[in-house]
Amino acid sequence: MKRLLPALLVVAAACSKEPAGAGKDARDIALLNVSYDPTRELYTAVNAAFARDWEARTGQRVTIEQSHGGSAKQARAVIDGLEADVVTLGLAYDVDAIARTGLIDADWATRLPAHAAPFTSTIVFLVRKGNPRAIRDWDDLVRPGISVITPNPKTSGGARWNYLAAWGYALRRGGDAQARRFVAQLYRNVPVLDSGARGATTTFVERGIGDVLIAWESEALLALDKLGKDKVELVVPSVSIRAEPPVAVVDRNVDRRGTREVATAYLQFLYSPEGQGLAAQSFYRPRDPANQPAGFPAIQLFTIDDLGGWSRAQPMHFADGGVFDQITAK
Amino acid sequence: MGYTLVYLSLIVLIPLATLVVKTAELSPGELWALATSRRAIASYQVTFGASLVAALVNAAFGTAIAWALVRYRFPGRALVDAIVDVPFALPTAVSGLALTAVFAPTGWIGRWLAPLGIQAVFTPLGITLALIFIGLPFVVRTVQPVLEDLEAEVEEAAAVLGATRWQTLTRIIVPALTPALLTGFALAFARAIGEYGSVVFISGNKQFETEITPLLIMTRLEQFDYAGATALALVMLIVSFAMLLAINGLGAWARRRAGHA
Amino acid sequence: MGAPARGARMMETRGIAAPLAAAATDEPAWVRRIVIAVAIAFVGAFVLVPLAAVFAEAFKAGLAAYGRAITDPAALSAVKLTFLAAAIAVPLNVVFGIAASWAIARFRFPGRSILTALIDLPLAVSPVIAGMVFVLLFGKQGLIGPWLTGHGIQVIFALPGIVLATTFVTFPFVARELIPVMEAQGAEEEEAAIVLGATGWQTFLRITLPKIKWGLLFGVVLCTARAMGEFGAVSVVSGHIRGRTNTLPLHVEILYNEYEYQAAFAVASLLVVLALASLVARRIIGRRVEAT
Repeated sequence: MKRLLPALLVVAAACSKEPAGAGKDARDIALLNVSYDPTRELYTAVNAAFARDWEARTGQRVTIEQSHGGSAKQARAVIDGLEADVVTLGLAYDVDAIARTGLIDADWATRLPAHAAPFTSTIVFLVRKGNPRAIRDWDDLVRPGISVITPNPKTSGGARWNYLAAWGYALRRGGDAQARRFVAQLYRNVPVLDSGARGATTTFVERGIGDVLIAWESEALLALDKLGKDKVELVVPSVSIRAEPPVAVVDRNVDRRGTREVATAYLQFLYSPEGQGLAAQSFYRPRDPANQPAGFPAIQLFTIDDLGGWSRAQPMHFADGGVFDQITAK
Repeated sequence: MGYTLVYLSLIVLIPLATLVVKTAELSPGELWALATSRRAIASYQVTFGASLVAALVNAAFGTAIAWALVRYRFPGRALVDAIVDVPFALPTAVSGLALTAVFAPTGWIGRWLAPLGIQAVFTPLGITLALIFIGLPFVVRTVQPVLEDLEAEVEEAAAVLGATRWQTLTRIIVPALTPALLTGFALAFARAIGEYGSVVFISGNKQFETEITPLLIMTRLEQFDYAGATALALVMLIVSFAMLLAINGLGAWARRRAGHA
Repeated sequence: MGAPARGARMMETRGIAAPLAAAATDEPAWVRRIVIAVAIAFVGAFVLVPLAAVFAEAFKAGLAAYGRAITDPAALSAVKLTFLAAAIAVPLNVVFGIAASWAIARFRFPGRSILTALIDLPLAVSPVIAGMVFVLLFGKQGLIGPWLTGHGIQVIFALPGIVLATTFVTFPFVARELIPVMEAQGAEEEEAAIVLGATGWQTFLRITLPKIKWGLLFGVVLCTARAMGEFGAVSVVSGHIRGRTNTLPLHVEILYNEYEYQAAFAVASLLVVLALASLVARRIIGRRVEAT
């Protein structure tokens, strides 16, 4: 009996020790892409296209496995040992968090074009059909009695962009003090803080809670597409932030597994015309100026650098005791 | 014997000891500060408050259900008896999904509550509903066997001696049921404070309002804040162990009572 | 949690109360009706309606969509992983449950009551904490994680981590069922067998096992049902890799987050069927436990 437990654990360990890439053909290879919540549809399409492309170019079959979740949570999983070959997260801060443990080299943001963000998005609103509460711009969200749905910026990378879009809007109207009052009022109107962007969309659309959802443009357009235009409609604010979800090869993992070449090619594929086209189909804004499809509303955009970059914004707003904690504390 | 200890250590003790080792990296002052931050205190209030209400509701309704099952014959009795165990057997994620679907403003029950101005999901009420669901079998299944074993002779004797039904109930039945009722209540309460899966679906997860402690632990973990997570986990662990000792103590008391009766 | 077994037994001998005492041994009819109505309404609203809702949502888009959802490769691999994890965790806990209940029922030793309490501990610990301790132990930043990674062994975010978390949360079930059975049964026959020259193993197979088999089976059913349904603990250690480290409950959550509500409820309905099957098994076995 005593020998049974170790034996079983060894068997279990052996099962998982088998490299992920092992298949019928020794040349088959597998990648693990650890991503954040609202990219499920995008990477389903990209993975199939890249596998075709890679096989055509090298004759090698590649399968890409996906893991999705809140951006910070996914970063934590990689730090704790989830063997990601590439991470495609919601914000640069989370990639930096992995880089601080040495798993990713510190210069990751300069290894790919455009701050390693192959496509962008922005923050818009979804409202109920017919816009019964007459929501047109950020100021309408802080009116008394308006119920706003947005996820928790402490756990959701996407929600940090939501928060910073509101902050940046108010900052342009006045100083820090005014911005602080504005976001405080805004979050007083939030009845539910879901832990992820997807949860918030479900709350708003499926459960029928709230008057307005603050969402990524990609997520809002997808919700319109999937859940029906008869339920909700899009509202574009006057000013918003350019959300730049970054991608990076996890250096230590690809070196150990011998997948650097294919992992790098995978991320570069996102910048190719085909990759950019797929991003556009999933409602992300492509970087390639020649590949700008119609249908994206024109918005005046500012960037995270206008707010001092993540190295300033993250500790100021989202650290424990930061602005977000102060404004939501009672 | 040796095997028992080795296995217990490997699966339960060493992992839990890790928690203590991790918290030992903090100074007592830091630990105290983390475990008593305003957000942590608010989450204890939500967790213990909702668990307490849910356990009380279960104590009342669970006893009524057990009573109906043991004492009365009615159509559907076998079905009720069978499905009382469902919350125990059902995966918590499925419970959360199903309860959210039913109590949402668009759901089967939620649509009748919404016009009354009652919003169940994403409020403390929703958390309480989920905790009532998962705690229900514990009260019913601890009270039921005791009710079955109550000897009819004693009640009959009381009746023959001229007691009214109300007197029989308060003087004979209630005292006999008390230990089982308390045990069932404690089990439901203990289960409720640790519950995660079903609550996250139906709760608003809003700090200071609808954030339960297990969720706050998860949130801390996701923010790479291991110290904060372990401090909270330690508090929960101590409470859990205290609850266990209390339940075992109640059980021993119940057995002594049964022995004397 | 051993209580459901006893719940199967009904007192058929009641109801012979002398008519003259009826007033004091029975409630008025209206009280009776109210209590029955409350019982049915409460169980109906809290248990029956949510169960029905799962199936209603699962079949909302028709049978074909239901079939597609549960035969999707990712769903099938989740089914496989769920059964595999249970198939490893349950035997481990069976062996432990027999050994522990034997030790507790047959011997008096210092720390016996502490041991009993420790066995129950996983029931009281929040599943989130259960998952977290394994990350603290085996994670890359954990106590022995770096050493394991150095030897190419992946525990967290792979099958061993899922098995460990499952084993932890289902740890007490077999032992808890067996301790009372073994205590009730006494050691005389085993002692007699040993005196007559039987080996320990023979004694176990011929004397002990036949007597505890229904209790054991009952514990196994409880343990298996819980193992297949665990969400919180497994969620922390899984890594959520689609088609690789997703168990059924995690797959439900993923589908739900992909706006695939109907598919989410379809997979959830599989779990409901498993849960109901375990309840039926428990009732049948529960009766045998009573009989022995």
